[in-house]
Amino acid sequence: MPILSLVIWVPIAFGIAVLVIGNDRNPAPARWVALVGSIAGFLLSIPLWRFFEPSAAMQFVENAPWIPRFNINYHLGVDGISMPFVILNSFMTVLVVIAHWEVITDKVSQYLAAFLIMSGTINGVFASLDAIVFYVFFEAMLIPMFLIIGVWGGPNRVYAAVKFFLYTLLGSLLMLAAFIYLYQQTNGSFEILDFHKVPLGMTPQVLVFLAMFMSFAVKVPMWPVHTWLPDAHVEAPTGGSVILAAITLKIGGYGFLRFNLPIAPDASHLLDTFMITLSLIAVVYIGLVALVQNDMKKLIAYSSISHMGFVTLGFFIFNEQGMLGGLVQMISHGFVSAAMFLCVGVLYDRVHSREISAYGGVANTMPVFAAFFVFFAMANSGLPATSGFVGEFFVILGTIKVSFWYAFLAATTLIFGAAYTLWMTKRVIYGAVGNDHVAHLKDVGSRELTFLGLLAIAVLAMGIYPKPFSDVMNPSIDALLRHVAESKLR
Amino acid sequence: MSQATFSLATLAPAMPEMVLLTLACALLLIDAFLDEGDRHITYWLAQVTLIGTAVLTIFTVGPSLVTFNGMFVADMLSQLLKVAILVTVAATLMMSRTYLELRGLLRGEFLTLALFGTLGMMVMASAHNFVTLFLGLELMALSQYSLVALQRDSVRATEAAMKYFVLGALSSGLLLYGMSMIYGATGSLDVSRVAEVLERGNSPMPMIGVFGLVFVVAGIAFKLGNAPFHMWIPDVYHGAATPTTLLVGGAPKLAAFAFVMRLLATGLQSMSTDWSQMLVILAVASMFLGNVVAIAQTNLKRMLAYSTISHMGFVVMGILAATETGYGAALFYVIAYTIMTLGSFGMILLLSRAGFEAENLEDFRGLNQRSKWYAFVMLVIMFSLTGLPPTMGFFAKLFVLQAALEAGYTWLVVFAVLISVVGAFYYLRIVKIMYMDPPSGEMTFEPRTDARWVLSAMAIATLLFGLAPAPLMDLCARAITASL
Repeated sequence: MPILSLVIWVPIAFGIAVLVIGNDRNPAPARWVALVGSIAGFLLSIPLWRFFEPSAAMQFVENAPWIPRFNINYHLGVDGISMPFVILNSFMTVLVVIAHWEVITDKVSQYLAAFLIMSGTINGVFASLDAIVFYVFFEAMLIPMFLIIGVWGGPNRVYAAVKFFLYTLLGSLLMLAAFIYLYQQTNGSFEILDFHKVPLGMTPQVLVFLAMFMSFAVKVPMWPVHTWLPDAHVEAPTGGSVILAAITLKIGGYGFLRFNLPIAPDASHLLDTFMITLSLIAVVYIGLVALVQNDMKKLIAYSSISHMGFVTLGFFIFNEQGMLGGLVQMISHGFVSAAMFLCVGVLYDRVHSREISAYGGVANTMPVFAAFFVFFAMANSGLPATSGFVGEFFVILGTIKVSFWYAFLAATTLIFGAAYTLWMTKRVIYGAVGNDHVAHLKDVGSRELTFLGLLAIAVLAMGIYPKPFSDVMNPSIDALLRHVAESKLR
Repeated sequence: MSQATFSLATLAPAMPEMVLLTLACALLLIDAFLDEGDRHITYWLAQVTLIGTAVLTIFTVGPSLVTFNGMFVADMLSQLLKVAILVTVAATLMMSRTYLELRGLLRGEFLTLALFGTLGMMVMASAHNFVTLFLGLELMALSQYSLVALQRDSVRATEAAMKYFVLGALSSGLLLYGMSMIYGATGSLDVSRVAEVLERGNSPMPMIGVFGLVFVVAGIAFKLGNAPFHMWIPDVYHGAATPTTLLVGGAPKLAAFAFVMRLLATGLQSMSTDWSQMLVILAVASMFLGNVVAIAQTNLKRMLAYSTISHMGFVVMGILAATETGYGAALFYVIAYTIMTLGSFGMILLLSRAGFEAENLEDFRGLNQRSKWYAFVMLVIMFSLTGLPPTMGFFAKLFVLQAALEAGYTWLVVFAVLISVVGAFYYLRIVKIMYMDPPSGEMTFEPRTDARWVLSAMAIATLLFGLAPAPLMDLCARAITASL
């Protein structure tokens, strides 16, 4: 059974169906169809986990000619690096559909369709083994995201949407040029795995590396091309923030692993100090920036950038702990940031403010919610036994083998991360009831309990027993590290 | 008597043209006897003529055939372009019908001129001699000047017609001058003969040939609308009635492509190192100017005019690679461009009412609230113009970039890529206006169902060829191979 195709196209088909049956006056059918679609997508992705062989080879491969003249094939397959993201994405889509239920009342069917179509294209990004197929999904994803931010976002949504779009487009077009260049070097193949094998001189490697870096660094986002993220996050509706933080940022990290490192290993080694420096700036400087935010979503957005700095740091120290840590961090950040944004969304739906100062003493009126909020805040600051700890710990462990000072700087995040997250928690959740709004808050209902509960389970499970993840990822990571260690210079 | 060898069968390759000519003349006569209320008969006759000729062209597809002493060729390239031209004009008329009716422009003259213009384009597509090429070009151009001028009461249209005519005549002059120089250099006007002489390198006056080439390239740049020969485009696009804009901006680009193929790619292929350099300048200037100036426009027609200039820069980029891949990519691009142009101007026609031209960006405000489907149609077209997958525009750009990179123009590819981001901004602005701004004023859709179907078909085609570009790409590549 072509599981990967189904994982990609079933959500898209449901998205189109939602558009067709959509009716703004009676959104209920669209909502239920979207829920069924997202759950179907998630269930379809489960066999990927269930039948995954722990080896570095590409699995669930599908290959069919698409544009024979240019040797472009509809080639899909996943390995231990990409497979977890497909599942993460399918899972998040379910949460987003549940989370929108009472909140979005304007153009519901278009909203849901955008998410379902985006979910399919994101799965396509992770599953593509052909560079053009990858690029098509990679870019197609921009369209629904642009609309999600721009149509359902906050007051400054249009500015944020355009900024998001143009930043990402600039990066990806350069990557396209690199793909065409590689196509010629491989004598006419767009296969990503052929790109991995083709020998390249140092100058081409550096140029290819930089072209792809532009694309993925914007997506991650790395300092200094991160400025679209706080704007996009703040203005996006909750669902948009969740998908942005949990999934699309990961595409940047994934891109480094799938493209930059294996295609340009020598350039990666040459530029590793550069990459590590940018990562550390993200970790430390953006961590400090997060500390002074007044807006909860902005704070979490900056915290995301800081956490993603850990991911790129882990990738460019070239050892197993670092890479595994980076990957685990990506998955964990997917859960934790999604949870944080959903928590802010829960508050925003009630009070319609994201300002920290608009709250205070929420624990008094929303005890159940407060428990979740504090738990996720702990995970965000990397408390042991939560998923946030595992990744950061591995990355620091790997980094210390390379340089004490890198590790030292990276480890400051444990302090800054705790500082900005817990300080926000203190101001929002604890203390005396801040104002009338807070005094009249209702605690979370069963719908909100569902998605917060599911995420809490995921965060805890991954924190306490990360072995299933590392078992899946390790063979691929080993193979990648061996590949990167070999020079491709002629 | 050498005339004795003449038989009607040798004219078979020109059958579609002759049929079109006959029917167009018949239409002119019939229309003279019709009452004002019976104009729809003329309209439908024109449609039947166009579609009939297209069907006939499809049925005459076969191996390359030459007639009129080698002045006229019917090969796969010309057939493909002719069918595309005929379908484009038919679609244009279908989408324009309501608009023309509401403004009293749906007269016999309009339709006949459109048909004669189409005939000119078809002759261009099949020309195999500089004279035939020029005749086709002038037939097309003169019909178009008159079409623009047809709206006598409109100052803007008259001004546009004047500019179009003066600049068009100038460019024709340049072209003719260049052709005469090439004739001087090679001693022939026949495309294959010119190619042969240049190939063997025994041209009596090689220097004259290069001079001629410069003029020819300038003439081509005028017709395609490449900067720095683009001045007429924004004014004509803006000044002409929207259906005329579409007649000027849609199908003629296909004909101009044929022109480039016959002149540069076939006739002057051995001078490709010379003309490639010139085209590089045209491509860079067009892409830069088109994309940057388009940002400042508030009039949609002007904006699309500048966008045309930038797209023609891309087309030229495919051609300047001077390889079969490059020509194939450019042909694909032109076809994609035509579909997108039909879609974007079709949207303007859709939103226009009696006494109201939906030609300002503002007029699209909140379209999504009024009609989700047409907002989506415009969204698809705009993202296709941006070059975003999964639309046809992406593959058009991809193939062209690929060809240019293959030919070694790395810096040009990087430039094109960067300038596309600038272009994305103004296409995005339309999407923003449709989806993110509140609607203002009323919005009604006047055109008939068939016009709406045609418009929707453009968006669907853009998506379809974006998901499965292979068949069309193969067709383009085969046509190019057959013609060279």
